[in-house]
Amino acid sequence: MTTTATDLVPFDEALERYDPVMGLEVHVELNTATKMFCGCPATFGGAPNTNVCPVCLGLPGALPVVNGKAVESAIRIGLALNCEIAEWCRFARKNYFYPDMPKNFQTSQYDEPIAFNGWTEVEVDGETYRIEIERAHMEEDTGKSSHVGGATGRIHGADYSLLDYNRAGIPLIEIVTRTIEVPGEKAPAVARAYVQQLRDLVLALGVSDARMDQGSLRCDVNLSLKPKGATAYGTRSETKNVNSFRSVERAARYEIGRHAAILDAGEKVVQETRHFHEDTGTTSSGREKSDAEDYRYFPEPDLAPVSPSRMWVEELRGTLPEPPPQRRRRLQAEWGFSDLEMRDTVGAGALELVAQTVSAGAAPQAARKWWLSELARRANEQGVELVELPITPEQVAQIQGLVDAGTVNDKLARQVFDGVLAGEGSPAEVVEARGLAVVSDEGALSEAVDRAIEANPDVAQKIRDGKVAAAGALIGAVMKDMRGQADAGRVRELILGKLS
Amino acid sequence: MPDSPHDDPRSAAVAAGTPQAITRDDVAHLAGLARIALSDAELDRLGPELSKIVEAVATVSQALEGREDVEPMSHPTPLRNVFRDDDVRPTLTPEDALAMAPAAEDQRFLVPKILGEE
Amino acid sequence: MTDLISLNAAGLADELASGGTSSAELTRAYLDRIEAYDTTLHAFLHVDAEGALAAAHEVDRKRAGGEELSPLAGVPIAVKDLFCTVGQPTTCGSRILEGWVPPYDATVVSRLRRAGLPILGKTNLDEFAMGSSTEHSAYGPSRNPWDTERTPGGSGGGSAAAVAGRLAPLAIGTDTGGSIRQPGALTATVGVKPTYGGVSRYGIVALASSLDQAGPVTRTVLDAALLHEVIGGHDPMDSTSIDAPVPPVVEAARRGDVSGLRIGVVKELGGEGFQSGVQARFEEAVELLVGAGAKVVEVSCPSFVKALATYYLVLPSEVSSNLARFDAMRYGLRVAPEDVDDPSAEQVMAASRDAGFGDEVKRRIILGTYALSSGYYDAYYGSAQKVRALVARDFEAAFEQADVLVSPTAPTTAFKMGEKLDDPLQMYLQDVATIPGNLAGVPGISVPAGLAEDGLPVGFQLLAPLQADDRLYNAGAALERLLLEKWGGPLTPPEVMA
Repeated sequence: MTTTATDLVPFDEALERYDPVMGLEVHVELNTATKMFCGCPATFGGAPNTNVCPVCLGLPGALPVVNGKAVESAIRIGLALNCEIAEWCRFARKNYFYPDMPKNFQTSQYDEPIAFNGWTEVEVDGETYRIEIERAHMEEDTGKSSHVGGATGRIHGADYSLLDYNRAGIPLIEIVTRTIEVPGEKAPAVARAYVQQLRDLVLALGVSDARMDQGSLRCDVNLSLKPKGATAYGTRSETKNVNSFRSVERAARYEIGRHAAILDAGEKVVQETRHFHEDTGTTSSGREKSDAEDYRYFPEPDLAPVSPSRMWVEELRGTLPEPPPQRRRRLQAEWGFSDLEMRDTVGAGALELVAQTVSAGAAPQAARKWWLSELARRANEQGVELVELPITPEQVAQIQGLVDAGTVNDKLARQVFDGVLAGEGSPAEVVEARGLAVVSDEGALSEAVDRAIEANPDVAQKIRDGKVAAAGALIGAVMKDMRGQADAGRVRELILGKLS
Repeated sequence: MPDSPHDDPRSAAVAAGTPQAITRDDVAHLAGLARIALSDAELDRLGPELSKIVEAVATVSQALEGREDVEPMSHPTPLRNVFRDDDVRPTLTPEDALAMAPAAEDQRFLVPKILGEE
Repeated sequence: MTDLISLNAAGLADELASGGTSSAELTRAYLDRIEAYDTTLHAFLHVDAEGALAAAHEVDRKRAGGEELSPLAGVPIAVKDLFCTVGQPTTCGSRILEGWVPPYDATVVSRLRRAGLPILGKTNLDEFAMGSSTEHSAYGPSRNPWDTERTPGGSGGGSAAAVAGRLAPLAIGTDTGGSIRQPGALTATVGVKPTYGGVSRYGIVALASSLDQAGPVTRTVLDAALLHEVIGGHDPMDSTSIDAPVPPVVEAARRGDVSGLRIGVVKELGGEGFQSGVQARFEEAVELLVGAGAKVVEVSCPSFVKALATYYLVLPSEVSSNLARFDAMRYGLRVAPEDVDDPSAEQVMAASRDAGFGDEVKRRIILGTYALSSGYYDAYYGSAQKVRALVARDFEAAFEQADVLVSPTAPTTAFKMGEKLDDPLQMYLQDVATIPGNLAGVPGISVPAGLAEDGLPVGFQLLAPLQADDRLYNAGAALERLLLEKWGGPLTPPEVMA
């Protein structure tokens, strides 16, 4: 880092003087059964170097063969983003040396991407923003390196590195936006909304698990600032290692503040790659990009051109899911959510989760309630995304089902959530194991009510005198007695019945 | 978006028949890109050697004079859409994969510390 | 055993079928000859006596059991050390792969094994198949059986020397710019470069992916055809392989009928720069074909004068990328840089590549890096790919006037060791007649055409349209038969190799 400006300019202040210009590069790891250019399983995890062959290891003499399913997925992603699909395109070699790349070139696409000139619309706070998509192209993933000997397990200060090539060759689709110029205060949120929407799209297409925390959805945030009134674009930085939707927003905000501080100080922004740190929400300097590795692109001679017939493209167009804005409107109508409720749901990245919970049988408002309050709170506490919580929409629906059936009340339901999230089992198993079921035994309830009346004669008298509101204190006493495992409504009925 | 390799004045110079000689610095830069640690003797020798070859081959673009219509040919055969099905095929065993590795640990390839950023 | 050694592969196949010999006996005979003469010729980098004999015994067992066998089953073969072979090293003639044993077979090798051809060993080549003499092999050059002071050509000089020197009845090579055909010319053997995509490249260490092709190295045209049918055909592991049956090459080789055949003499491939004896034998051969009913037409392919330059842009560019994988991280030579404590991966890569690659390879990698580099793509690689299209167009136009095109295979006869090492450009000129065929992907064959004034072999090249490989075998067989009649028997190197 060569800048002397170490303070960030506060976000709002920065926006007074500068307009942010963003570009987002998102990599989607496809969920095909096999890799992009060979028949090795494309699975997550597994013992090192067990899913490799001469092709993805880059052994001398090995040759690639294109996975047709990956091409199909690439076209569908392109269509879902309203792109034109190339009539004829090729793969190209991107040549550079790095130990996680077995051939020391990446087979990718260069000036002939399979999809280009698209767009998608995202909604933030009730406003619609159109994001232009420059291109979507096919490429292959690299192997994974782990660094041994350094303090943090990161590359700096490591003694040596260990390479696992299971991931090498897994298909990736890279989606690149054109410059995004939206009102400054909205920019970070728009960036986040875009990545969330890509995730939703890709999930709806069924082509990827799209998990940022697992690396099947990756985002690089490019950002530069334009002084207000200027026409020339500023120097941009590229931030990598952005591992959640929230981090997309945080990284954008941080970079806006950092660039502003540099420019305010009259210095130049360094064109570089930066690394985002989840724990601090800051970025640090990586490799200077002005070195501009010369990738010496040329068309891949080992592969034939890809020229999808227009008929095939139309066939695939027929398999597309509903466009997101249309889907949101339909769901909102089906669920009866207000605009604000819908906005909050989308904003929390909970749209798909709520939809799946409703599909699993829960009422929409209940689904929304659980995801946006109870579970969102826990996700925030742990610093993870909703989708990373160890609970499924089906389980949430089951818990609501238990509430609907009267087996537990709301308060007890929260304990069921605790249990499921702690890995104690399914909702039913947790209720059983922890003995959380609401006591429906009238006799036991009646006895508990009697005990509460006896223990609180003054309150009881007030109720007899007509102060129905005082029943609340007795209800509380009974609930405490029953360790919460009573239906508050029934308790109230019993109290009033006995004291009327 | 990476810069296009086309429309560069250096290419134009070559097409005009005036390719620049390859200097020692050029060779050093290229050797860096190609990750070959050339010795001083090699650096001295290669510049003139390559310049001579380049001079001979630079005439290629002259053959295109007046031929605007020519599409580049990267393949002798008109193959298109060569795909395979998304079916799993046998992998190598980790033993075979690592058999010829210069160094290995924990069933992974062991390489010296990497300086560049990921 | 002299009888067996003097038979060509088709003859050996007959002997095996009739029970006149066994594969084990035959393989043993060749292993003995290798032991006796390979110290002189240095055709082989590795000999696998055990593996070859085991395969031979297996074929004999199957034959005895009445199993149906492929035509060439039991006939041993040598394989250029550029093909991956399980259990045998594949060095590519380079230090960087010294001792590297692949975990998989090239498709061509699998097909040879499945057809029951015992693999005698791996033959010498210019390092990574870049060269025209085998003098760039890191393990020392091979020698021409016709004159051991001279090179057998390259890059596949080892295979040609093995066949010419009767150390193997058959061999397999690769041809990227002439590496099968030019050694064929220099050693009086038959060498074929099939149509690009006609033979699988899977498991052949790549130098120029858009030019490389595997092919037969044999004594006769029929042998080459028989071998072509074993190795050729579609391979789903090679995206550039043609999804069509092998052209009817054996039938064509047996036919050898040129009546009415239109033979196109290519103006740009001959004349100045071609040794007088080479040119003379070529013209005589054309006359012979005319005498047998062929018609001669002169054709001009103007772009061919740029073919050499085009090739020396396309090839190094693809080489610079294909050879990037040799970085000492997963296989191959790993050396630490001198005087560096605790070197980084980058430093180890660079030191290993400098130590492991020879001069010619380094030259081409740097040249290729340059041709692809930022700012130069259009002028060099981009332009070369366009001139390539012009070369292909000229071939198409020529094939409208002629059924086959002909030329001398190489401009000179076998040259002395060291003669062309000082000036790389001089060496590159060896391929001036063969390179156009690689650029366009058309098939070509070199057939022995006699001896020049210096007593050394001359090759006659035929080229055919894409996927019309059978025309080469038909015309080649006809010429071969006519020349045999003229000479009274096949050409064999003097003394030692009888």
